[in-house]
Amino acid sequence: MAQITLSNLAHTYIPGGAHDSDFALKTLNHVWEEGGAYALLGPSGCGKTTLLNIISGLITPSHGRVFFDGVDVTDLPAEKRDIAQVFQFPVVYDTMTVRENLAFPLKNRGLAIPDIQARVALIAEMIGLESVLDQRARGLTTDAKQKISLARGMVRESVNAILFDEPLTVIDPQLKWELRTQLKSLHREFGHTMIYVTHDQVEALTFADTVVMMNEGRVLQMGTPESLFETPAHTFVGHFIGSPGMNFFDAQIEGSDAMIYGQRVPLGRRYKTPSGRIQIGIRPEYIQFTKEGGLPAVIKHVEDIGRRRIVHAEVAESSVKVSVPDGCPFDITMNRLRFDPDKINIFVDGWRAQGETL
Amino acid sequence: MSLKLLGVSQVVDGLLHIAPTDLVLEKGTMNVLLGPTSSGKTSLMRLMAGLDKPSAGRIFSSGVDVTHQRVQQRNVAMVYQEFINYPGMTVYENIASPLRLQGQTKVDVDRTVRATAEMLKLTSVLQHRPLDLSGGQQQRCALARALVKGAELVLLDEPLANLDYKLREELRAEIPKIFEQAGSIFVYATTEPEEALLLGGNTATLWEGQVTQFGSTLSVYRQPKTLTTARVFSDPPMNSIVVTKTADTLSLNNGAVLRVRDEWAVLSDGSYTLGFRAHHLQIGSPEAIEQASQAFQVQCTVVAIEVTGSETFLHLRYEELIWVAITPGLQKMTVGDAVDVWLDVAQLFLFDGAGSLVADGDGVI
Repeated sequence: MAQITLSNLAHTYIPGGAHDSDFALKTLNHVWEEGGAYALLGPSGCGKTTLLNIISGLITPSHGRVFFDGVDVTDLPAEKRDIAQVFQFPVVYDTMTVRENLAFPLKNRGLAIPDIQARVALIAEMIGLESVLDQRARGLTTDAKQKISLARGMVRESVNAILFDEPLTVIDPQLKWELRTQLKSLHREFGHTMIYVTHDQVEALTFADTVVMMNEGRVLQMGTPESLFETPAHTFVGHFIGSPGMNFFDAQIEGSDAMIYGQRVPLGRRYKTPSGRIQIGIRPEYIQFTKEGGLPAVIKHVEDIGRRRIVHAEVAESSVKVSVPDGCPFDITMNRLRFDPDKINIFVDGWRAQGETL
Repeated sequence: MSLKLLGVSQVVDGLLHIAPTDLVLEKGTMNVLLGPTSSGKTSLMRLMAGLDKPSAGRIFSSGVDVTHQRVQQRNVAMVYQEFINYPGMTVYENIASPLRLQGQTKVDVDRTVRATAEMLKLTSVLQHRPLDLSGGQQQRCALARALVKGAELVLLDEPLANLDYKLREELRAEIPKIFEQAGSIFVYATTEPEEALLLGGNTATLWEGQVTQFGSTLSVYRQPKTLTTARVFSDPPMNSIVVTKTADTLSLNNGAVLRVRDEWAVLSDGSYTLGFRAHHLQIGSPEAIEQASQAFQVQCTVVAIEVTGSETFLHLRYEELIWVAITPGLQKMTVGDAVDVWLDVAQLFLFDGAGSLVADGDGVI
């Protein structure tokens, strides 16, 4: 296990590229603490896989350095970095048994047979592969094969880090719950430094202690799942996290009030009159329907998705989504919206403004 | 137009791929095939399209027997998980190609292509080639081609599976609107219960080649007739426990006894499976349950905690069982904590030994 330090790291795939837009990964300084569980989250093309490949050594960065426990590994090839990787699609040896698949990385490193046996048995038990240990990998389902890949990623005790690249994409939804729990307990048990790349916010937020949210080669926010949800640093984070994402309205700010379409909306914090494009952001979960007060809204349609209903409404020209939990009373005579003042965020030119406590 | 499957089954090399299936799909409806990988969704679609022939049974299109008609003779369009377009043609040419094959005039082709591109937000990229576009745009192009065909039957096999989460959300919200306008029969395969709920319409749940239930999406979700359907149509999986019923009480294997609804007393005594969904577990106190007297309590141990920001997913151990609870907000707990869990009797499902639903929160079925 290692602490991984990225120092003035940036990458362009274009030789001699110098413009901001040439960079797939824009300048970044970050320390991945030893034993941390991190997620790199963002849409396709945001630079998350580039960053992962720089850490693993598959790509040499065009700018900056990478350190493992203070040692510069920037020019070290992947096979010398002692990193385990799990990919989107299962990588298994079909003709080997599951046991041989798991033992393979340990055998390669010349571990003693009893140590290999003990380690394989432990990992197989934790990830639920004991019953198929002596079956050949060929003929197993994709789910089972991906479990082998995950187990093989975890089998070595002394790796600097384990990197996961969208490992649950091919897994059926119900089984994802089981595998996520197992990954978490393996992390608790062995304390590896883990970095998990995904475009799926639920996977990122549930897996990681720290989520690194990226877009267009830039890190927009690093923080706990709660902070990304409650206080997104940028409107993109507000939009990307949450399902549906945050609602935004253009507004003017007057101290601790916002004005939207001539209506006054009380805020939980006070803001100095900012310049630039001002938006208020409110999550669908933090809007209530009421009969009086609040903002007048026109209800367009209601999606009942079992656990909750998503109400699509319009406030003047802006569309807004409201999440109403199952069992919570709601009818169309309740056509005014009340925003929870403490849950409103203010954005200036896309970036969140701090504000002062009232 | 309607599509009717009568006793349709498929056996390949002695293996049952599709169990005898009866299904009627009506014009202008969205029909979701929901089931895990290898449950038969694609096999069933291929039979509907005429790409494969059933081993037994008949298929009728608007009353006409089409069992032996090949796919080329039927009016069918398909969209796959992979983005399939003609790489050498522009987006415009891709969308125009089915119309040209139908021999439409240049003016008609142009009108339809532009209208469809507008609906699918492709207008600005009409002159681009598909491979220069994002995954979302490539799949929009494939969808546009399927739509312009004006097919009576449009089959979509996990069309959003290869897209990013947020793009999926966006396109999924548009799909029902697009389909309302088209008026065809739509069949949409997915592994995700939440996707079925978002699409609405009707849902057929599949398990091991068998359609276990078919009806309006919400009715199948709210009243699964079997434990299998309940499991297929529940994400996280439906929590369950085997109980012994005596009069109006249920006993758990650790000796705990729970009083249930008076109406359930009429059911014969014996062994049953109790099912309940993750968001119907209340943690800590029964305040949120309307009739607190009708709630009962069990003690669990926390084995994992997942926070999404708006909700906390708690993985709980009860005896040898693992349950999942979805609770609003942030729960301050640590792994190993003992927690009191309340179950609302109004939200329970009771399945008999054969796995059939015999009672739910509203009473005996």
